[in-house]
Amino acid sequence: MKKLVKHRVFWPAAALVALLAVNAIARPAFLSITVQDGELYGSLISLLRNSAPLMLVALGMTIVIATRGIDLSVGAMMAVSGAVALTIIAESATPEAPEVIALAIGAGVIVTLIAGAWNGFLVAVLGIQPIIATLVLMLAGRGIALLITNGEITTVNSAPYKFMSQGYVLGFPFAFFVSIAAIVIVVLVQRRTALGMLTEAVGINPEASRLAGVRSRGIIWGAYAASGLLAGFAGILYSSNIMAADSNAAGNLIELDAILAVVLGGTSLMGGKFSIAGTVIGVFTIQTLKSTIVFLGVPSPVTPVFMAAVVIIVVVVQSPLLRGSALRAVRSVRGATNSNTTEVAK
Amino acid sequence: MTDLKTAATTPLGSVLAWLNTFRSRHASWIPVFAALLILVVMFGFAQWWFGNFLSPRLISALLLDNAFLLILAVGMTFVILTGGIDLSVGSVMAFTGILCASLVSQGVPAAIAVPLMILCGAGVGLLIGVLVHYFDVQPFIASLVGMFLARGLAFLVSLRSIDIEDQSILLLQSTRFKLGDWYITPTGIIALVVVIAGVLILQYTRFGRTIYAIGGNEQSARLMGLPVARTKILAYVISGICGGLAGLVLTAYQGSGYPLNGTGAELDTIAAVVIGGTLLTGGSGYVLGSMIGVFVYGTIAAFIAFLGAEQSWKRIIVGALLLVFVVVQRVIVTRSSRRS
Repeated sequence: MKKLVKHRVFWPAAALVALLAVNAIARPAFLSITVQDGELYGSLISLLRNSAPLMLVALGMTIVIATRGIDLSVGAMMAVSGAVALTIIAESATPEAPEVIALAIGAGVIVTLIAGAWNGFLVAVLGIQPIIATLVLMLAGRGIALLITNGEITTVNSAPYKFMSQGYVLGFPFAFFVSIAAIVIVVLVQRRTALGMLTEAVGINPEASRLAGVRSRGIIWGAYAASGLLAGFAGILYSSNIMAADSNAAGNLIELDAILAVVLGGTSLMGGKFSIAGTVIGVFTIQTLKSTIVFLGVPSPVTPVFMAAVVIIVVVVQSPLLRGSALRAVRSVRGATNSNTTEVAK
Repeated sequence: MTDLKTAATTPLGSVLAWLNTFRSRHASWIPVFAALLILVVMFGFAQWWFGNFLSPRLISALLLDNAFLLILAVGMTFVILTGGIDLSVGSVMAFTGILCASLVSQGVPAAIAVPLMILCGAGVGLLIGVLVHYFDVQPFIASLVGMFLARGLAFLVSLRSIDIEDQSILLLQSTRFKLGDWYITPTGIIALVVVIAGVLILQYTRFGRTIYAIGGNEQSARLMGLPVARTKILAYVISGICGGLAGLVLTAYQGSGYPLNGTGAELDTIAAVVIGGTLLTGGSGYVLGSMIGVFVYGTIAAFIAFLGAEQSWKRIIVGALLLVFVVVQRVIVTRSSRRS
């Protein structure tokens, strides 16, 4: 039990379970899942579906944060990839053809991969602070996306493109499988190879890891490129959901949600140890919170107040000050009742 | 170095030598001069391009249109100098602005509403400062909380825009003190007073020096016995107060309060401060530099408006300029650290 409580993912998971429980009690319909034509519907299923773009972005953000960095440009990159993909589809004669869709997705994702590599170049080679290096693309990216679409909201009609966010496979939303695939690939690459450990080493002490022979430059570069790639896929999913390239709304403020998800999952913004499971839980927590707020009938503009309250509670609970005083309180109580056992327990 | 010394006998050589000493003695001012140079070049280019760009009218309008950004940039400079960052300024500006508009429309006199909005700004700053210092939350996350909170509160006050009818607030914008073709409004004066106050506080008070010390090395500052906690929290409170003042100026400027005001203003502010030569690692930078940064930003906006080009270009140019500046700063920093 003690081991379970001490596990890094315990508190984030407990928060998610508590949030789900509150929802289940407040509205029993929350847990109900209906089957229609072999496809599942319900609050939980749409949670899985709607969380996909944030999941992709947050996974990339986790790797970047592990290297002691941050990527503010993900929202802008989502706008760029959506704009590129939909412009290609809109200008082709056959918007339903699989090769056009593949070309559109490929082009959109490659553009953001290059953008991510550019961020990585600024951070790893030029040594610019991550916040500023990625702020450049955050500012310029949406401008570029608007230029690609000529300042308009490009809309298309293409059933296969729409399938990515609206379609179902084996009863589950297709977007959910995209999240699963991304999680599995990231876990395999980071945890089944030494890459994850090297990433953590770079985040904990870049200089020491360089002296130890870790090629930190390449690892940091790769982290930003991966974040760009994942943001590109997130942008494709987003644009397929609304079937339009809205350069101002696509991924708006998603960088903040993604950073919050990573922090809620227990990964420190100071870099080093990261937890992919924690990030997954963090993403679901944020998505559940958003749906809870909608359910409560709070006008959606006021949502930020609730977000702020939740973040304050989480960071204060996680803060060393509170933990330290709580620990001391527990110890002093124990010490007063039975000092011998505490000595032995130590 | 040696060839410069031998060359010092010729007039050109002595100028070069003087420049070299100047550069090494005032290394922290170099980015500010670089920003000033860019501003002058941009003015010159715009004048050559349009022929009528540099008029007293336009320069006056530059201060007027960017007064709120200037005030935000002064507060942001304090926070960045301590090594922190404040993402909440745009939302605080929106919150205090709509609060002011709402209070005034309900008949509360401006003499009560204005101090109240500044107090609210200070309150958000205090919250961020306490989270940063006592709870060890990273400034990025703590000010993100402030940003969400202030934005949400703004919508809680009103979901729609509220017009201002109170004359005492509208007068801040409509009064014009003229000198030939030059003019300035009370909002512009507020902005300039904030800049001057910022310069004086940072350069000539113990508190200001402590801010630089904390930004240079917080651990050392603490070991020196400097009041780190108080100073750091106060820096965020100052940024919050500036947010409140900016809310007042913006509300007067627009003649209304609107809860969606200032989305993205925090990024514009950070960009302006960085263009003005303040290092994001803290400890190096000047309020005057931030002012120049704001003018660079405003000139880009004015240039694009003159051109009639799409506003999306503004973002791209600001982004590109930001990039140039951070690379230049980076070169300067690596050079000076190599020298020492």
